[in-house]
Amino acid sequence: MAKFKSGYMALIFGFLYLPMAVLVLYSFNSSKYSIRWEAFSLDWYRSLATDDTLLEAAMNSLLVASLAASLACAVGTLGAVGLYRYRFKGRKLLQGLLFVTLMSPDIVMAVSLLVLFIAVHVNLGFWTLLLSHTTFCLPFVTITVLSRLEGFDRHLIEAASDLGASEWQAIRQIVLPLAMPAIMAGWLLSFTLSLDDVVVSFFVTGPEFEVLPLKIYSMVRLGVKPEVNALATLLFAVSLGVVISAQYLLQRKPQ
Amino acid sequence: MRNANLFKTSIILLLSVWLAVFVLVPNLLVLVASFLGRDESGFIKFAPSFDNYLRLLDPIYLRVFAHSLGLALLTTMVCLGLGYPFAYFLAQFRPSLRPVLLTLVIVPFWTNSLIRTYAIRSLLAAKGLMNNTLIALGLIDEPIRLLYTGSAVLIGMVYILLPFMILPLYSAIEKLDRRLVEAAADLGAGRWRRFWHVTLPLTLPGIIAGCLLVFMPALGLFFIADVLGGSRDLLVGNFLKDQFLDARDWPFGAAASIVLIGLLLLFLSAYAYSLKQFSAEENH
Repeated sequence: MAKFKSGYMALIFGFLYLPMAVLVLYSFNSSKYSIRWEAFSLDWYRSLATDDTLLEAAMNSLLVASLAASLACAVGTLGAVGLYRYRFKGRKLLQGLLFVTLMSPDIVMAVSLLVLFIAVHVNLGFWTLLLSHTTFCLPFVTITVLSRLEGFDRHLIEAASDLGASEWQAIRQIVLPLAMPAIMAGWLLSFTLSLDDVVVSFFVTGPEFEVLPLKIYSMVRLGVKPEVNALATLLFAVSLGVVISAQYLLQRKPQ
Repeated sequence: MRNANLFKTSIILLLSVWLAVFVLVPNLLVLVASFLGRDESGFIKFAPSFDNYLRLLDPIYLRVFAHSLGLALLTTMVCLGLGYPFAYFLAQFRPSLRPVLLTLVIVPFWTNSLIRTYAIRSLLAAKGLMNNTLIALGLIDEPIRLLYTGSAVLIGMVYILLPFMILPLYSAIEKLDRRLVEAAADLGAGRWRRFWHVTLPLTLPGIIAGCLLVFMPALGLFFIADVLGGSRDLLVGNFLKDQFLDARDWPFGAAASIVLIGLLLLFLSAYAYSLKQFSAEENH
């Protein structure tokens, strides 16, 4: 049974990582067409280094992902604290709206945000993209943080108030530290969702602020450029490096 | 005390206003647009009618809807079938290993899904890795057509959406009180009865949440059908992209979007109802 379990998990991980392996493999392939293997080469890395628009699109993607994740964490955490701490009119409605937003398909959100931005005559670009990404990350953060807070004893806060802590002190010194793991998980999830997004980005950004999926889609009409494989490989290597070193640091701490 | 009230009001207002401005108002605008028409030059014109909804009843569009719903359902079933055992086994690992394995599930997602979809395309291409491997293994004699088929779209959808199934399933299974399963075992229930009568009902909220998080986005992933599918694999997402970004018939596209929102609300109320039943049963 144990063998079957690890075998099954390896199979699913294999499925998730197979396309990544293809990207890495073809980034070192000298052939321009990423189907046949010719010979090992670093050509695509060299030409990537000079491809400013592709690098800029990658930087834009990372910038929007980190800003949207941080903004969603700020608004979402405060909102979760409000929902946890207070009873107010419309609380159920707000929770319902959060839930509908969490579940709405990207395409519905993309369409509605495009209509909004056009209706108020905003130029599509950095700001519209940032606001849209923050919006689809927001319910993930709020619900993650809220569900962690709900697992804790409310008396902790009451005890703090009884001991003379102000509302803000109680929240800052008790609620926020308790919520921290959920806030971090929410940030990571938001960052991931934003980097991965294609559908919303397609609708709400314009040519003056290109992110990776749009850049690639416009390049593909002229044939997939192998530089994209090189770029994806570099980003993949960095993210694996971050995960492994974070793990190493976390494992070492308890001892 | 006044400060505390000010704080309370402002944090609640912040979230409420955000959701009102970026979720509620935009969708109301789409609802209004769905009843409008278009003038000759393609601009939105004020001529309230149900025309856009009636146009959707055309067999061509009905087929797109039916096809998308079928494919989304199939994707959801496959994701559930693959994801449940995975999440279940994951929850049995050493607690210190679980976060690492979970992170490994999401690491591929830091590479934009469009890039990964193109990688799947080169895997499935006529002279791609998949065909070459099958030929080398002697399973087939000449390359088979994998790309531009319905199966390619299904593989792509499952690939992109699987983690959205695994994450809620994992959190439901991890919370499961194992003592209940042990109690069932002590009372003589076999492995399947334990699973069917204890584990499955207790993890049902996770199953439904995962299914919704896969099913709803599956309707909109237009780029997967674009990159991997043939012309017959159009999804509602492709239709909406055409209406809003290419054909520029916004009122017509808006009507289709409203139909999707209607479906979503229908599923969500079924979900809320099942949760209510679930907690009612738990309290007995």
